[in-house]
Amino acid sequence: MGLKRYFAKRALVLFGVLMATLLLTVLLVGSNMDSILKKGIAIQVRAEIVENKELTAGFAGTDELNQYIDSQIEKRTKTLGLDEPWHSPNRIGLAMYKILILDFGHSAFLTSDSGSTSVGDIILEKLPRTILLFTTATVIISIIGILVGAAAGSKVGSKTDKITSSFAIISSSFPVWWIGLLMIFTFSFWYAIFPARATPIIPPTDPGYVASLLHHMTLPIITIVLIGFGTWAYLVRNFMAGIMQEDFIFVKKTIGIKQRKIIFGSALKNAAPPIVTILALSLSGSLGGAIITEAVFDWPGMGRLYFEAITLMDLPVIIGATYVLTVFFLVSIFVSDLLYGYLDPRIRTG
Amino acid sequence: MDYSEIRSSFAKSKIGLVGLGMLACLIIASVVTITAIPADTYKQWNNPASWTEFPKSAQPGWVNWLAEKKIPEHKILDSPNTTLRQGETESIIVQRFGVDYTSDYFPGEFLLNFKSEYSGSPILQMSVIRPDGITLELMSSSLPYSEHRTDYFDKIFSTNDAIKKNLRLQSEHFSYPIQEHGAKEIIFAKTNKHETLKGKYEFVIEVSDVDTFDSKLVLGGKVFGLAGTDELRRDLAIGLLWGTPVALFIGIVVAFGSVVSGLVFGVYAGYKGGKTDESMMRFNDVIYALPALPFLIILSVTTSNSIFLMIGFLMIFGWVGVAKVSRSMALQIKTRQFVDAAKTMGQKDSKIIFRHIIPQIMPYALASIAISVPAAITTEAGLSFLGLGDPTYPTWGQILHDAKSHGAAARGLWWWIVPPGVMVAITGLAFVFIGNSLESTVNPKLRR
Repeated sequence: MGLKRYFAKRALVLFGVLMATLLLTVLLVGSNMDSILKKGIAIQVRAEIVENKELTAGFAGTDELNQYIDSQIEKRTKTLGLDEPWHSPNRIGLAMYKILILDFGHSAFLTSDSGSTSVGDIILEKLPRTILLFTTATVIISIIGILVGAAAGSKVGSKTDKITSSFAIISSSFPVWWIGLLMIFTFSFWYAIFPARATPIIPPTDPGYVASLLHHMTLPIITIVLIGFGTWAYLVRNFMAGIMQEDFIFVKKTIGIKQRKIIFGSALKNAAPPIVTILALSLSGSLGGAIITEAVFDWPGMGRLYFEAITLMDLPVIIGATYVLTVFFLVSIFVSDLLYGYLDPRIRTG
Repeated sequence: MDYSEIRSSFAKSKIGLVGLGMLACLIIASVVTITAIPADTYKQWNNPASWTEFPKSAQPGWVNWLAEKKIPEHKILDSPNTTLRQGETESIIVQRFGVDYTSDYFPGEFLLNFKSEYSGSPILQMSVIRPDGITLELMSSSLPYSEHRTDYFDKIFSTNDAIKKNLRLQSEHFSYPIQEHGAKEIIFAKTNKHETLKGKYEFVIEVSDVDTFDSKLVLGGKVFGLAGTDELRRDLAIGLLWGTPVALFIGIVVAFGSVVSGLVFGVYAGYKGGKTDESMMRFNDVIYALPALPFLIILSVTTSNSIFLMIGFLMIFGWVGVAKVSRSMALQIKTRQFVDAAKTMGQKDSKIIFRHIIPQIMPYALASIAISVPAAITTEAGLSFLGLGDPTYPTWGQILHDAKSHGAAARGLWWWIVPPGVMVAITGLAFVFIGNSLESTVNPKLRR
């Protein structure tokens, strides 16, 4: 029963980490958030009073009116609890509680395509797009990476191995977004095959939308896969290289089991736990999109949302997106822990 | 494994030596940049006023080596051959600009930028002596009259009407009508055919009765320098060169700082064990779970975009992995006898950590420093690419940011996109090569 306790403890720790991350985010943006909220109230109160003609007509002069406005602002600030400084435990606690129950409030500037200002709606709109591009790319990367890595790792020192390793090393030092720029230059400018912007122009209701979307997606997917799979292949190769030296593989070889069966049947199975961990982490990582890559290809996913929110200082969106991504990340750490326990019997026994 | 062993094993690794060679080249480039290029140029990088004499989006000069037809080169001539000639009543300053024109196309517009100190009303004459010996009078005008000694600045453009008029008066040199052509297309044309006449041209400026006279001749063209220029007329070679020391500085400082702090943190946690270890590792988990790039962006937006702050922020996210690994190494090392011996002798914890445990992990730390340099450089480049860079220093990321915001990729301005990225990649590769071969020497598991 040690395993259950281990996972319970792990879950608790990860929850603590989540809280700490949340606290840090709130602390980082808190003071700005505070002034934005207060400004919002002042604008709101002023607009309400000015619109109310009967009320404004009752005042003797502008001084009196301004006094009234100030008192109204103060009153509303108090009812919302904003009179306390932003770093008071009460307010931070309240802010964290709201986020915890997924109540992210409304954005300051950004809206979803349908016009909603609810942060939850905005994130729900962007997330599927990011999944469409980056998660798809991650799946392709991992499949190619595992196959190539297994082939390279089973014959360390061979030509395949050398090519794979050097490709991995070289590709990992190029920034993906720079390759993206080059791809746009080559395939959108030089040979006009793919569009430079990744978003289709026609509305989603059009029957040709899916085809157009796929056409637009091709260039970013090719770029991400091209730069990504080398690292994957290299990791898998290193795991495989270790396992191929084990005695049981030699035994299987001597009794004449086919190479292919050894690689994909026995060796890869043994290398599975770390590979699954990396897969879980990179899948959850892909949900955040890639801020810079999305900026290059103009892809309206989570990364772009993040960047726009940060440049506009739209704090509710920043906090909401950070929280959602952190939750996904921690859940995937937890799931990979679980899978590790399932795949590697040594962890179960002690 | 001691250091001489590591050194000899590293010397055998080809890839490591290649990396070392690349790094040496980059360091030489940085030193040359810092000593040979005036520091003023990088401070002026984001000041459009200091780049007005440069061409807009000119290709690098070396494209002419590959091209069949030579594209005119943009020339900024600022050291004329100045002589003094005694006229009848006054002394005349003569400045000669020699240009070897080899292009197959007509040049862009040219302009004379001059500065003079005088009183009275001096006369400025401009003419050009062509390779075929013909002298074309371009301009003869008096500078505005001034009773007192004044400083006067002005520019004469090749589109000036007076130049056009003067050239039309000399149309007898040409066997075809020249009316419809601009000044640059007449001056540099053959007399029998509307084609460029290659050879040595000499622009002669004569000014009478001035106290001082200083001029610069800018001959417009479409290629410039080693790396071309961007849409904002900046000489990309200067940006690329200044980017080298900045990138090396960022990469090395961040890698060194984060590896050292991660090492000390991890070793301390592992050595202490128990509750200290537990709480330190939970802190580690928190930093590990923070989405690094978003946080870096939030930090640089809310604080300032100073490069030194950014270095600090990059360190905050860089030490986590090293701390984990060095903790597990410390856990192994602390069970060894020499640590026990040191403990029994009553040595302090800090002494045991720094004297006995950390030296054991040093080779690993060296490899990690080399390996984490590229990540720091690409992250900084990425942040700059998003427009969050420090505008006081030109970096490769910022050049790419400007390229992106001017649509360089879709417009085909390759010389603006390719070199900065190649520089990032070369710098990254140098350290990856060094790090990988160091790692495979200190970590025998990878060697098989």
